[in-house]
Amino acid sequence: MGIRYFTFNDVLYLLDATKWTLLLSVIAFAGGGIVGALITLARISRIRALRWFAMSYVEVLQGTPLLMQLFLWFFLLTLFVPVKLPATLVAAMALTLNASSFVTEIWRGSIEAIPRTQWEAAASIGMSRFEQIKHIIAPQAVRIALAPTVGLLVIVIKGTSLTALIGFVELTRAGQLVSGVTFEPLRTFSFVAAIYLCLCWPLSAVSQRIERRLHVGRTPERGA
Amino acid sequence: MTYVFQFGEVFRYWHWLQEGVAVTLTFAIVAMILSVVVGTFGALARRSRHRALQVASRIYVEIIRNTPFLVQLFILFFGLPAVGIRLGANLAALTGLVLYNGAFATEIIRSGIQAVHRSQIEAGLSIGMSRAQVFIYVVIRPALEKVYPALSSQFVLLMLATSVISAIGVDELTSFAGHIQTTNFRSIEVYVVCICIYLILTLILRSGTRALGAWLFAYRRRSKLAHLR
Amino acid sequence: MSVVRLNAVRKRFGPLEVLKDVSMEVERGNVVVIIGRSGSGKSTLLRCINGLEPIDGGEIFVNDRKLTRDERSLRVLRREVGFVFQAYNLFPHLTVERNITIGLTVVHKMPLPQAREIAAQVLGKVGLLDKLDAYPDELSGGQQQRVAIARCLALSPKVMLFDEVTSALDPELKGEVLKVIAELAQDGMTMILVTHEMQFARSVADRIVFMNDGRIWEVGTPEQVFSAPKTPEMRLFVSGAL
Ligand SMILES: Nc1ncnc2c1ncn2[C@@H]1O[C@H](COP(=O)(O)OP(=O)(O)O)[C@@H](O)[C@H]1O
Ligand SMILES: [Mg+2]
Repeated sequence: MGIRYFTFNDVLYLLDATKWTLLLSVIAFAGGGIVGALITLARISRIRALRWFAMSYVEVLQGTPLLMQLFLWFFLLTLFVPVKLPATLVAAMALTLNASSFVTEIWRGSIEAIPRTQWEAAASIGMSRFEQIKHIIAPQAVRIALAPTVGLLVIVIKGTSLTALIGFVELTRAGQLVSGVTFEPLRTFSFVAAIYLCLCWPLSAVSQRIERRLHVGRTPERGA
Repeated sequence: MTYVFQFGEVFRYWHWLQEGVAVTLTFAIVAMILSVVVGTFGALARRSRHRALQVASRIYVEIIRNTPFLVQLFILFFGLPAVGIRLGANLAALTGLVLYNGAFATEIIRSGIQAVHRSQIEAGLSIGMSRAQVFIYVVIRPALEKVYPALSSQFVLLMLATSVISAIGVDELTSFAGHIQTTNFRSIEVYVVCICIYLILTLILRSGTRALGAWLFAYRRRSKLAHLR
Repeated sequence: MSVVRLNAVRKRFGPLEVLKDVSMEVERGNVVVIIGRSGSGKSTLLRCINGLEPIDGGEIFVNDRKLTRDERSLRVLRREVGFVFQAYNLFPHLTVERNITIGLTVVHKMPLPQAREIAAQVLGKVGLLDKLDAYPDELSGGQQQRVAIARCLALSPKVMLFDEVTSALDPELKGEVLKVIAELAQDGMTMILVTHEMQFARSVADRIVFMNDGRIWEVGTPEQVFSAPKTPEMRLFVSGAL
């Protein structure tokens, strides 16, 4: 491949790679939501061992770099799974687990923001613990959790860029490839950044608007 | 297939890990200090009476917060030489970390300034201070104190984010993990050890910043004890 | 010569007209006490005199210099006008001594040792010399307010404005603050104070200004205003307040 200019074809290629960024984000966000919900339940459980597990789970995933988590999963899965796994699967798994730790933090915070008396009131009319959560606590917590959860989507999208470093071809990796053949890194990566901006800015704006409407300032936005 | 873990193979390269930790911490600390400065000016610009400054600060924060740090690094390291600005890996990494973290610091410090009560500003004005003097002597310290916990967690996030600068060839902890792994092929052990090191660094930074806060804002503690006297 | 002169001052907050054509003069060494129902515009009047609120009409003169919105001249004005707030507004991150010296060193560019001498002097005046190194949170409300008065006094203002400085205090703490103010009056300090302490107003004031609905409704010596109120509003206010 010789040197050539940054052309319309490169634009199309980058837009096509954005598809993978989006797909990965959706998987990680949805997966993170499901796993995160389970961990949240463990986190507020009355069984001490479960609470302890959930706490350590969050601590490890939030206290270490996402990039290191990606590398570790990459090597673990390569070594212990006999069939050759596509990078997509490794990336999706690492990002899902990472997202789930954020989800747990957000939801736990939201649940703790509900006054103790709401639990007691629900218990006093004879609800089981699960019913209390389902009918009384969760519906209220969802309102509080909404803004940071939308904000999490931005964090997840930005986080997918790191999968470029384990060879998964999404937007950032595509940018590396294009800049490698066009020798126009400034134009290429600016364009890549612009695409991310188009994906994330609206989400950030929505999150901020919801937050302002609810007047609940909490959970500082975190980056990847 | 059985895999025999050999962590000893990793600890043979202990000096590399040590060096990696030192570089990681250096980048984190220097970048944190500089980004508090950037954040203070960003917050000031946002509250300035000049519309252009407000807009500039806003755009800076939104662009940085809504694009991946890795892409920002690539622009600084691979992109800028195209317009004749050659930063080198270390400087590009530091610039990237400061710009990146500075955007978050801007938002945090802005909220802190907002939380300082108007009456404090009026008290400063009433003894004849200029607006700049009010900011320096009356507003900034209580504002930073209010957001100190938020800045502390941001510091931990920054330290974790430094792992990304390995992507442009800065030799910090994550890079050294890669070096060791290509030397001894004990990749899992290496990454397990390094993840543990990062976790320990996180815990140390958390308690460290807490202790620093207690020292920096000692008068708070004193006054909490006041009722006992 | 008047230290403060207001000429047909008007002030509005959006549609709400808070000061309507207020004119008054305060002579050197005089103590003027402003009384009136809550919401009648007393605080706003004081804040306008200190330039904390811009006015919408009329003129304000301090030492015959006209008050403008220009930053620099506002700062010059504020060196001559002291303001004591209802909520003290001490700087929580500074010691009592630094609260007092900061205006001297930062605004008046005075060397610190000299500023500290003055701090000791004014703290002695309000009876708090032993609290030099304390932080505001460690003091009672009455003590904090006395420090606030000392902070103001240290800058040797030509006139001091007091806005309900005892209304946030418990009854047993009001006395110590009022005593300090009475002593200042004795020393000949020019003062404008807003207060609900009618006994105190009576004893300390050279002149009482009764504000009602954003206007100066009635003016006179304490004797005239309290014993022989001219307007029904003043009569009602006096009977309610005493
Ligand atoms: N910053 C402000 N914005 C809007 N309205 C205000 C403001 N400050 C005072 N007001 C209104 O102006 C009126 C006079 O207030 P104030 O001067 O504080 O009265 P007083 O001190 O006599 O109780 C009140 O109706 C008050 O609600
Ligand atoms: Mg008032």
